[in-house]
Amino acid sequence: MAATAHIEFIVAAYGAGVAVIVALIAWVTLDYRLQRRILAELETKGISRRSVRESADE
Amino acid sequence: MRISELANPSRFLRAANLAIPWLGGATVIVFAFAIYRAMLAPDDYQQGATVKIMFLHVPSAWLGMLCWGLMTIAALGTLVWRHPLADVAAKAAAPLGAAFTLLCLVTGSLWGRPEWGTYWVWDARLTSELILLLLYLGVIALWRTVEDPSRAARAVAILTLVGAIDLPIIKFSVDWWNTLHQGASVFRLGGSTIDPTILIPLLLMAAAFTLLFVTLLLAAMRNEILRRRVRTLRLLQASAAG
Repeated sequence: MAATAHIEFIVAAYGAGVAVIVALIAWVTLDYRLQRRILAELETKGISRRSVRESADE
Repeated sequence: MRISELANPSRFLRAANLAIPWLGGATVIVFAFAIYRAMLAPDDYQQGATVKIMFLHVPSAWLGMLCWGLMTIAALGTLVWRHPLADVAAKAAAPLGAAFTLLCLVTGSLWGRPEWGTYWVWDARLTSELILLLLYLGVIALWRTVEDPSRAARAVAILTLVGAIDLPIIKFSVDWWNTLHQGASVFRLGGSTIDPTILIPLLLMAAAFTLLFVTLLLAAMRNEILRRRVRTLRLLQASAAG
C-alpha cells in the first residue's frame, strides 16, 4: 500500500517541521533571556540610559 | 494606539509584551485544530498519503516568500523613510525566512523522492527557491559582518531590494519555464483545483504557520531592540570611562 511504502518520508518531513519550529522558538526564547540578563547586569552596575545621561551632563 | 506610535521602540516593546502571549496561545490553538484536520484528510488519488507533506511544504514556501516581501517593505522603510523599526524588523525576519525556506526545500525533497523518483532536480522553481535561501543566508552574513547596525541596515536594504527580483521568478517559474514542479493549484484564475477535504486543512495549516511567524517576528524584534540597548549602554559606558 502506498501509505506504508512512503511513511518514512512523511515522518521525516514532520520531524523536520518540528525540529525547525522548536529551534526557532528556542532561539527567540534563549536570546530574550540573554538580553534581559545582560541589561539587568548593566543596571546592577549602575549603568542605565538615565545614569549615563546624567553622568554626561555633569 | 495608532500604528505610527509603534515607531517608538519603547512603545513597541510594551505592545509586543502584551501581544506575544496572546498570539502564542492563538498559534497553539490553530495549530492543534489544523493538525487534527490534516490527520483526518484523505489520501490523494495520485499522491497517496504523501499529500500530507504538502501541509508543511506549501505554508513554509508561502512564508519564505512573504518574509522576503516584508523585508522588502522594511528595506524601503530604511532607505526612504528612515523608520526606526524598519531595520529592526528586517534583521529579525531574516533568520525566520531562512528557516521556513529551508523547511520548504527539505519537505519538497522528501515529497519528491517518492513522487518524482529524485530528491532534487535543477528546475526553475526549485532552483529559484534555493536562490532565495542563499539570499537569506547572505543577508544574515551581512548583518553579522558590519558592526554598526545603521550601516549594516543600508547595505542589507539594498541587497534585499535586489533580491526581491527572485520573488516573481519563484511565483511564475512554473508558467515561464517547463518545470517538473506542478503549476499553481491554490490561488489561480478559475479557482483552486484542490478538493476541499485537502484544501481546508492546507489553509488551516497556512493560518497556523502565519500566526507562528507573526509571534516569532514580534519576539525576535523585541530581542533586537534589547540587543541595541545593550550595545548603546556598553558604548556609552566605554566613552564615559574613557
